[in-house]
Amino acid sequence: MSWYKRTEKGIVTPTEQKLEVPDGLWHQCSHCKKIMQAEEHAHSNYVCPECGFHDRIGSKEYFEILFDGNNFTEIYPNIRSADPLKFIDTQPYPARINSSMKKTGLNDAVRAAYGKMNEISVVIACMDFKFIGGSMGSVVGEKIARAIDVARKKKYPFIMISKSGGARMMEAGFSLMQMAKTAARLALLDKDGIPYISVLTDPTTGGVTASYAMLGDFNVAEPGALIGFAGPRVIRETIGKDLPEGFQSAEFLLEHGFLDFIVDRREMKSKLSVLLGMLKS
Amino acid sequence: MVYLDFEKPIAELESKLADMQQMAKETNVDVSKEVKSLEEKIKELKKETYSNLTGWQRVQLSRHPDRPYTLDYIEGMASQFIELHGDRNVRDDKAMVGGFAKIDDTTVMIIGHQKGRKTKERQMRNFGMANPEGYRKALRLMKLAEKFKKPIVTLIDTPGAFPGLEAEERGQAEAIARNLREMFMLKVPVICIIIGEGASGGALGIAIGDKVFMLENTWYSVISPESCSSILWRSWDHKEQAAEALKLTAQDMLKNKLIDGIIKEPLGGAHNDPQRMYAELKKVILNNIAELELIKPKDRINQRIEKFSSMGVFLE
Repeated sequence: MSWYKRTEKGIVTPTEQKLEVPDGLWHQCSHCKKIMQAEEHAHSNYVCPECGFHDRIGSKEYFEILFDGNNFTEIYPNIRSADPLKFIDTQPYPARINSSMKKTGLNDAVRAAYGKMNEISVVIACMDFKFIGGSMGSVVGEKIARAIDVARKKKYPFIMISKSGGARMMEAGFSLMQMAKTAARLALLDKDGIPYISVLTDPTTGGVTASYAMLGDFNVAEPGALIGFAGPRVIRETIGKDLPEGFQSAEFLLEHGFLDFIVDRREMKSKLSVLLGMLKS
Repeated sequence: MVYLDFEKPIAELESKLADMQQMAKETNVDVSKEVKSLEEKIKELKKETYSNLTGWQRVQLSRHPDRPYTLDYIEGMASQFIELHGDRNVRDDKAMVGGFAKIDDTTVMIIGHQKGRKTKERQMRNFGMANPEGYRKALRLMKLAEKFKKPIVTLIDTPGAFPGLEAEERGQAEAIARNLREMFMLKVPVICIIIGEGASGGALGIAIGDKVFMLENTWYSVISPESCSSILWRSWDHKEQAAEALKLTAQDMLKNKLIDGIIKEPLGGAHNDPQRMYAELKKVILNNIAELELIKPKDRINQRIEKFSSMGVFLE
């Protein structure tokens, strides 16, 4: 005699239906595995309070962290990618763009805006890695160039937050020339004597590192960020050996003289403001 | 003579021709008529073959082992040349060469990637893949040219900047980035010519110029077709498809306004008649220097910046 009778046998609940807590309420650090409230994680600028691991974030979060009261004016937000080469690999390039736009709600891999950071007027451009790996095509190059134009016109310091796998293959020659275009604008900014802080975040590689990301008056990085020209896999294949521990990390670059300092994201706003404050005449 | 796979039909006819001439010599039989007709046939076949090359075939030609390299061009064009070594920091990079050269009455600074021809020399030249000190040497020489008001000519021929451990340690990305920015501000005329392979940042690192030319059978893009294939299709088997998709030939690059002109090569490629190639390149260099020197340095710099700033296609 039983209290109840199981009528269906072999009930299996798919994992995604097993969630008891609404999604987004909790966050687990991908490094130390500590579980914390998502709100607590966001409050510490998406840095794990336990181990200091810096989670990858995008332009929305960086603007929120750096601009006073999250107030800013976006520069040319509507520029979108064309398909000048009619590039088709496993799928046509426009299809890739459209699905990325839908998935991320972004128009391309960089956003730029001006506003105040601790009362100092600045122009900030920030890359979004989730848009085709933060790859640099014509839109990225053009938006950065125009952001620098705004910085020159208004005489505001320029802050560039890089996060990219490199050039966008689907724009081939056009994407290569974005390295030249951004470097040209930075040459003009340099001549005008306007400060440029390049913030390298995880990951910054390829053509982005080999152009604007390495051209700061100040090159700074977040702890643990992967920064390099060639990707680790390519280098491993070239030398036929495993790479040493910590190779191409922010700490490695600091040690080899290519960064001015490493800054914890929780102190980024105050440290960059202090630095820019010192430069003010 | 090394023949590429698509040149096999030409190779067959040429060997037939050689046999015929040999036989004529041995037997004293007059075959001049046959020889002439075969020569005509070869010429026709060559014209047909080389005027319909695919992207991948251009890539193959750009890597032809008999193709002239930077030092060959310098020897072929200049009456005097003093090679200058070292970046003054780390070492002398053998994959990047440069120095003052006299072409007719004009002194120019010539800088270029250098590949090797035999196994040992190839290794010494690191297959034309420069390290950071190569790019820093190039910049040092460009500044030297600027100081003495001499025009700069760069010859580009690289499968890429070297992706090695020490290259990263010494800042490959920083070296290339700095060159891009500094080259925009050079007060002297700068002419850049892709003479073989123009792979990505490693090529661009010495390719910011008032005039950028490509020889007819070269390629210039953000990535090699092989690497592109391996990233997008996860295997090297799609390199031909990748070469088409990347639009990396001189014709495509000119059509997309990413270069300023194409320099014609002798039929079958630069290596088929190097002397003619050197003479052609020399003419292009001298003509362009003469034209560029009429422009004020400040205007030249502005035009250089303007040109690269207009590259890119987007919607708004």
